[in-house]
Amino acid sequence: MNHDAYDDNYIRSILNNVKSIAMVGASPVNVRPSYFAFKYLAQRGYDMIPVNPGHVGKALMGKPFVASLADIDRPIDMIDIFRNSSHIMPVVDEALKLSPLPKVIWMQLGARDDAAAEKAEAAGLKVVMNRCPKIEYGRLSSEISWMGVNSRTLSSKRAPIPTQGMRLSLNRTSFGGGQTAASDRAAKNKTETT
Amino acid sequence: MTDRLPGFSTLAVHAGAQPDPTTGARATPIYQTTSFVFNDADHAASLFGLQAFGNIYTRIGNPTNAVLEERVAALEGGTAALAVASGHAAQLVVLQQLLKPGDEIIAARKLYGGSINQFTHAFKAFGWNVAWADPDEVESFERAVTPHTKAIFIESIANPAGSITDIEAIAAVARKAGVPLIVDNTLASPYLIKPIDHGADIVVHSLTKFLGGHGNSLGGIIVDAGTFDWSKDNKYPMLSEPRPEYHGIRIQETFGNFAFAIACRVLGLRDLGPALSPFNAFMILTGIETLPLRMQKHCDNAKAVAEFLSTHPAVSAVNYAGLPGDRYNALQRKYAPKGAGAVFTFSLKGGYDAGVNLVSNLKLFSHLANVGDTRSLVIHPASTTHSQLDDAAKVKSGAAPEVVRLSIGIEDKEDLIADLDQALRA
Ligand SMILES: Cc1ncc(COP(=O)(O)O)c(C=O)c1O
Repeated sequence: MNHDAYDDNYIRSILNNVKSIAMVGASPVNVRPSYFAFKYLAQRGYDMIPVNPGHVGKALMGKPFVASLADIDRPIDMIDIFRNSSHIMPVVDEALKLSPLPKVIWMQLGARDDAAAEKAEAAGLKVVMNRCPKIEYGRLSSEISWMGVNSRTLSSKRAPIPTQGMRLSLNRTSFGGGQTAASDRAAKNKTETT
Repeated sequence: MTDRLPGFSTLAVHAGAQPDPTTGARATPIYQTTSFVFNDADHAASLFGLQAFGNIYTRIGNPTNAVLEERVAALEGGTAALAVASGHAAQLVVLQQLLKPGDEIIAARKLYGGSINQFTHAFKAFGWNVAWADPDEVESFERAVTPHTKAIFIESIANPAGSITDIEAIAAVARKAGVPLIVDNTLASPYLIKPIDHGADIVVHSLTKFLGGHGNSLGGIIVDAGTFDWSKDNKYPMLSEPRPEYHGIRIQETFGNFAFAIACRVLGLRDLGPALSPFNAFMILTGIETLPLRMQKHCDNAKAVAEFLSTHPAVSAVNYAGLPGDRYNALQRKYAPKGAGAVFTFSLKGGYDAGVNLVSNLKLFSHLANVGDTRSLVIHPASTTHSQLDDAAKVKSGAAPEVVRLSIGIEDKEDLIADLDQALRA
C-alpha cells in the first residue's frame, strides 16, 4: 500500500462503507480541528463516538465521551485518530484488541506512523494517514469547491443540494489521489526529512 | 469513477463547474448577490467559525467565483485558489499573509511596471522592503537573502520584453533560504508554463490578460501549490499561530495543504476587501474555456510577426524568445516549448520619432496600455508609460526611446503583418 498518495477509489470506498466512527482525541473546544471534523461527519450521517479520557462525563453534539475504545458498546467501523504521530501506536494496539475488529484506521492530517500502519494492515485493516475525512468527504462530493479548493473531480451530472444531515454522493469522476502531484511530493519530502 | 487524468483542454472547460444543483443550468450562473441565507443559527455560527463549507457574503466567497477558483487551481496543478479584484490585489493579499513591517521580499528587477511601482511605493508605506535582483543572474537572488527575507517574487515570462525566467534555479534559492517562491504567471498562462511543476509555492495572475483573454474584465487570482510548510520555524504567524480573528484557529493545522489559499481568503480578502465581481468571474470563466485555442494562436501569430520584423529594413532588433538567435531561446524551449507568448518588444532604427510615427500609422493595432487581448495591441513606452523617466532610466527599464512593445492578438497573421508593414513604410 502506497501511503504517499491514495487512489480516490480507495478513500471513496472507505467513506461510502463505514457507518460508525470512533474519534480518538476528539475535543469539545469548538476551534479545534477535531471538533470541526466530528461535527461535519455527524451532520453527514455517520454514527460518531468521541473518545477522550479527559472529557468523560461531557458530550459532543449530544454524544457522550468515552475514555477508551474498549468502553464503546457497539461495533465500530473506523477509528479516526486525532493524535500526534508519536501517540498512534498505542491506539492501534488497542484497536486490534477489539472484537469485532474495526475495518479502518484513519490518522489525521499531519499524523503518520508507518509501523502502526503496517501492523494494522497485517491484521486486515485498511489504513489512511495524514488526511482529514472531512476534507476528503468535502472533496469527493465537491462540496469543498465552495472554498475554491481543487476537488480534482469532474461531473456533468446535477449534484444534490447540500443540506444539513444529508449524505452526499461521492461518486464523481475523479482524477488522482486528492492531492496534486506537487503537494504529494512536498508531503513525501517532509516525512523523509523529519 | 476512473482515475484518468483529464487533459488541459478538458479541465479548461469543465474543472470546477457542474450543472447548477438548484436549476440544472449548464453554464455557470452569475450569482449576483451580496449575501446568502443561513439554514439556522447553528449553520451561521459554523460558517463564521470556518467549521462548515458554504457561503456567507460575497466579499469572502461567491459560487461563481468559486468555479473560477477551482478551474485555475486545476489548470495550474495547485491545491486551491482565491480570486480577487485584480492582479495587483492578488499581490497585495499574498504579501499581507507573509510580511510584517520590517520584513523583506526579493523581487526580480524585470517585472510589469505597475508591480515595480506597487512594490517600491505602496508596499514601502506598509514597512515591507523590497530587494531587487536580476533574473538573468541567479546569484543576485542568493546575495539578496537576509534573515528578514520572507518571499521571492518573479514573473515566468517577464513584462515588457517577454524574457523567460529560469524558475527552477530561483526555486532552488528559495528552498535554500526557507521562503516561498511566488511566480506571476500572467504572460505565460498555465497553457504555456505551469510554475508549480518547476518549484513555485504560490502562483498569482492578472486574470485581466490572457486568462480572461478578451480585454473586458479585470481580475486576479492566487493559487496555492500546497507545497510549503508554513509552521516549520514560525516565520509565518498568519498561518502557524492561533488567529485571534477566529478564536484561536491555526490555519495550517486546520486546512493542511490548502492553508495558504484559506488564509488569503479569511484573513486577507475578508479584511482588505478587494473582492471580484461575480459578473467579472463569469466573463473570465467563459474566456478560460478557450484558453488553449487562443494561447496557441497568440503564440503562432507572435512568432510570425517577430520573424517578419526581424528581417524588416526599418527594424534594428527584435526581442522575442521564440526566435532561434534570441538570448532566451534555450530557456523558452525548456519552459515554454509550445510558444514564447505574445508580448515582446522591438527597436526601430529611426529612434523616438519612428516609434511615435509607427503607433499613429497603425490601423489594426490598438494603441493602449494592456496586454493579452484578442485584439493586437501596441504601445511606445518612451512616449507613454515611461515618459516621466529620464533617458538613462528609460534604457534601464527596457523602455529606450526606439523600443515598441506589441501584444499580438488572434486575428489573421497576414493582416497583422500587412498593418505593421504599411505603418513602418508610412
Ligand atoms: C505581469 C503582470 N502582472 C500583474 C499585472 C497587474 O494586473 P491588474 O492590472 O489586473 O491589477 C499586470 C498588468 O498589466 C501584468 O502584466
